[in-house]
Amino acid sequence: MTTVRLSDDALAIACGADAVADAFAAAGCAVERVSSWGMHWLEPLVEIAGLGFGPVAPADVPAILHGASDKAIGPIAEHPFIARQQRLTFARAGRTRPLSLEDYAVTGGWAGLTRARALAPGDVIGQVIQSGLRGRGGAGFPTGVKWKTVAEAPGSRKYVVCNADEGDSGTFADRMLMEGDPFAVIEGMAIAAHAVGAQRGYIYVRSEYPHAIAKLNRALEICAPIIAPCRIEVRVGAGAYICGEETAMLASIEGRRGEVRAKPPLPAISGLFGCPTAINNVLTLTALPHIMAEGGAEEYARLGIDRSRGTKPIQLAGNIRHGGLYETAFGITLRELIHEIGGGTASGRPVRAVQVGGPLGAYIPPAQFDLPFDYEAFAAADALIGHGGVVVFDDTADMRAQARFAMAFCAAESCGKCTPCRLGAVRGVELIDRIAASARLPDPVGALAQMHNAPKVARTRDQDLALLDDLCETMRFGSLCALGGFTHYPVQSALKHWPEDFA
Amino acid sequence: MSRADRIAALIAAAGACEGPLLPVLHAVQAEFGCIDREAEALIADALNLSRAEVHGVASFYHDFRAEADPRPEVQLCRAEACQARGCEALVPAAEAAAAGRVRLTTVYCLGLCSVGPNARIGDTLHARLDEAALVRLIETA
Ligand SMILES: Cc1cc2nc3c(=O)[nH]c(=O)nc-3n(C[C@H](O)[C@H](O)[C@H](O)COP(=O)(O)O)c2cc1C
Ligand code: SF4
Ligand code: FES
Repeated sequence: MTTVRLSDDALAIACGADAVADAFAAAGCAVERVSSWGMHWLEPLVEIAGLGFGPVAPADVPAILHGASDKAIGPIAEHPFIARQQRLTFARAGRTRPLSLEDYAVTGGWAGLTRARALAPGDVIGQVIQSGLRGRGGAGFPTGVKWKTVAEAPGSRKYVVCNADEGDSGTFADRMLMEGDPFAVIEGMAIAAHAVGAQRGYIYVRSEYPHAIAKLNRALEICAPIIAPCRIEVRVGAGAYICGEETAMLASIEGRRGEVRAKPPLPAISGLFGCPTAINNVLTLTALPHIMAEGGAEEYARLGIDRSRGTKPIQLAGNIRHGGLYETAFGITLRELIHEIGGGTASGRPVRAVQVGGPLGAYIPPAQFDLPFDYEAFAAADALIGHGGVVVFDDTADMRAQARFAMAFCAAESCGKCTPCRLGAVRGVELIDRIAASARLPDPVGALAQMHNAPKVARTRDQDLALLDDLCETMRFGSLCALGGFTHYPVQSALKHWPEDFA
Repeated sequence: MSRADRIAALIAAAGACEGPLLPVLHAVQAEFGCIDREAEALIADALNLSRAEVHGVASFYHDFRAEADPRPEVQLCRAEACQARGCEALVPAAEAAAAGRVRLTTVYCLGLCSVGPNARIGDTLHARLDEAALVRLIETA
């Protein structure tokens, strides 16, 4: 009997994988549901004896089984998109059944945890520091240093929290791991728990990811005896982007409004329920089983450039021909990613802009595509890597509309704690709308009688643009967290590189 | 079972954990489609909170509603990666198709950003939508 493998990842299912699986089963094949290879333009991607076919519709099934399909792409593992990658965190992608303990164990699963548990917690932290691993959730903080603080903090009750809120548009790496390799996420958490001395862990998953929630819950049931005495539970978010921020996330788990709080105290000292808490992104935690395996830390530290060590799962999204998951060592340029690997835009039109790092990331023009993927290089160019999402826009993009959206998103998702973000974002939308409306209207608030010092005539466009710039600076320096504090990145980069859209 | 008994049962089932409020609110929202004043009062009582605290939390999160809406809901992703793939151009036709019978709502990212425009109905996801496909989804929702 022919064995057919295809993914049960949410993206493959959304593209019709279930109907394809049914069609193969009806044709008498054994169907195995595995994780996704991450070549999203080919989903549903079918594998038969190592050979790939995609994107497959149920009608393609007879031709594939008769060896005469025009959907054939040859051996999947040798496809240039896969062969060029350096997959450590995503080593199992496309190759294993997500909930099979057997598949997990034969591909090196639990080796990192077993080795970590044989070491003293301090030595585990030493290995993580040696690997150079930095937080993959956005801020890039050295993971081992954070753990050291938690381990040394006084208190017998400690927690590990996995940040699986992945709210940034253009990112799906966390989702793919939770759905495709849930045991690896859990193993990483169990390693973290051992290192910092935590007994319990929570995985906070956004409610927009029902498939990931189901997979994790099932995986936790299956592997509870393996990770014991560590206990891990899934908590489901409720549609608030701000709950990706660590202090808001802890408040949410505790059952409070997802409001950000000032630091210090750091969550590492006083986190969940007031106890020392290590909070890390899914990608950070899932890098750990590899790092803790024999020789893993040294290998990780050898990869990458400067202070950005190891590999980064990059997500190619938006208007791109070959979108998907691309894991590679730090240092690759945007040009390679977008043109060589991504194949340019899906629409076939020229690229106008890419936004890297989610809704708070800068828009980068083609002139800067030689920028290497590296935390410091991006910072020097007034941009950020964030969670590694790369969203491509073609030449039909209206950059003023994108700047307006950045403000509107900030207004919609603000937790409301501080004024520059809560009010500034609303004013930002109004201001960009006024710039867009060619009619020069006086500011309705400024026109009120009690606003004695406000000008009573309409501002010129230049004055409006200067005010927008000023507002961005106020939000940047006056906001408590990166939602208000980073919204200037998309807005000011759009203003700077595409001034013609604001004329 | 009366509604109050049912809510008490949901609280008992979902509330036996650390930080029980969000799991309880999710359970009540899933069963009744909203968290109304009666539910807030019962939850507050059971978890030893004030009703103001429960209301503060329930009203903070986009997923919780104060009133049930019997219409089917279609969530359309309108975040940046889907914008880059043309989701905004679908909105007028989608709104016309929904025409008050379907609740068309906006979601910011479903994690399918390389194959948009995307929509979610319940726990079912739909990708690579064009105008005709989205209108069909809304009409049959
Ligand atoms: C507005 C905002 C949203 C955030 N969203 C996420 C998120 O979705 N996922 C994530 O891992 N970190 C997010 N972060 C970063 C977290 O606060 C925190 O830095 C991270 O979880 C630490 O883990 P790491 O060191 O492994 O990166 C967000 C931060 C801010 C300010
Ligand atoms: S910047 Fe915005 S989201 Fe962050 S704490 Fe202030 S109000 Fe809340
Ligand atoms: S932006 Fe629409 S699914 Fe991510």
